[in-house]
Amino acid sequence: MVHEWALADALARYIMHRIGGEKKIIKRIIVKLGVLQSIDKEILGFALKEILESMGYTVEKIDFEDEEPVLRCRKCGHEWKPDMSVFDDTVREAIHFVPETIFSYYKCPVCGSRDFDIVKGRGVDVTLIEVE
Amino acid sequence: MIRIDPRLLAAREKLSEIKVIVPVMSSKGGVGKTVIAGSLAVLLARSGVETGLLDLDFTNPGLHVLLGADISSWPEEEKGVVPPRVAGVRFMTTAYYSGDEPMPLRGKYVDEVFKEILCITNWPGVKVLIIDTPPGIRDEALDILTYIPSPRPLIVGTPSPLAIKSVEKLVKVLIDLGHEIIGLIENMASEPGPLKQLAEKYGLEYLGNIPYISNMDLLIGKPYELVDEIEPYLKVALDRIRSLIH
Ligand SMILES: Nc1ncnc2c1ncn2[C@@H]1O[C@H](COP(=O)(O)OP(=O)(O)O)[C@@H](O)[C@H]1O
Ligand SMILES: [Mg+2]
Ligand SMILES: [Zn+2]
Repeated sequence: MVHEWALADALARYIMHRIGGEKKIIKRIIVKLGVLQSIDKEILGFALKEILESMGYTVEKIDFEDEEPVLRCRKCGHEWKPDMSVFDDTVREAIHFVPETIFSYYKCPVCGSRDFDIVKGRGVDVTLIEVE
Repeated sequence: MIRIDPRLLAAREKLSEIKVIVPVMSSKGGVGKTVIAGSLAVLLARSGVETGLLDLDFTNPGLHVLLGADISSWPEEEKGVVPPRVAGVRFMTTAYYSGDEPMPLRGKYVDEVFKEILCITNWPGVKVLIIDTPPGIRDEALDILTYIPSPRPLIVGTPSPLAIKSVEKLVKVLIDLGHEIIGLIENMASEPGPLKQLAEKYGLEYLGNIPYISNMDLLIGKPYELVDEIEPYLKVALDRIRSLIH
């Protein structure tokens, strides 16, 4: 799943945008990972480190924080944690690339509506950058 | 300070090598945006220009049907994804992932898909990117105008008074934002009509009219036959787009 490289590239650019070019030693980064997208942490972490180092930074530590997905139906108000294991590989892959395809493959288990909110557990983000 | 979305930083980089980005727009539905966007892309590619085509009508994608694309063969992964070639064009659509299932999206999710797609899609060597858009002046259109670097919109309308009034609103929005509109195409018109007057009123280029093509339904899914039919009417638009590649 080399698509992780594209996400790592986005995070690296964001980190550079945030801390600028002066301070070169990054002591710690925390990356929040929405579980919905089943991102491969090892690849993402490796790619992020590689890209930042190619930009001239030294990265001491990358931590990941998983965020479990929570969905909430707009029609009936039901809130639930989706069980991603019910999907076949193709669907999981589709959600991996474009998380919103969950609206194509998932319905509210109570009322059948596709009009639900992804309350939590989507996407990849940097929640902490610690520089020396 | 607005917190910038990391994906937009990557998206800008991925679009930076492209010389011309042309969203085919109309606030009116059913006027031929999809037919024209697809045809322009195939014709540009056929004339030797490396061309990308992106379907931003996420909830109602149609380009894959127009082009007869096999959406079961997904983009290859290469530090992101590389859209496969369809009729000579690098073609990207969310239909690869949503298949034939519906993908109903409220506005904030449209915005998410927009950022995600632009962040992960690579356009190797692409010089011109044609973007098909949904009708309306809502999330997709605003995302293009806000996040895509220097878009050169091409506006489509029909001679219907309903379309003209609608298109005029879009023209105003684009002019207020300072966007350089490539021009207007009047579709399903046997001769230049009210869209030409609209173009003159706003000092915009009228790129010509396309007549009603009676066997259109038979050309859907057959991109080369479609473009043979429509090419004579798109010559001016194609020349304008090609003149913008430096
Ligand atoms: N010049 C034309 N002659 C005949 N039919 C056309 C022409 N242009 C578009 N159509 C048809 O009109 C319908 C709407 O076109 P489409 O490209 O889907 O519009 P939009 O993308 O603006 O909603 C389609 O059925 C299409 O085949
Ligand atoms: Mg359309
Ligand atoms: Zn429900």
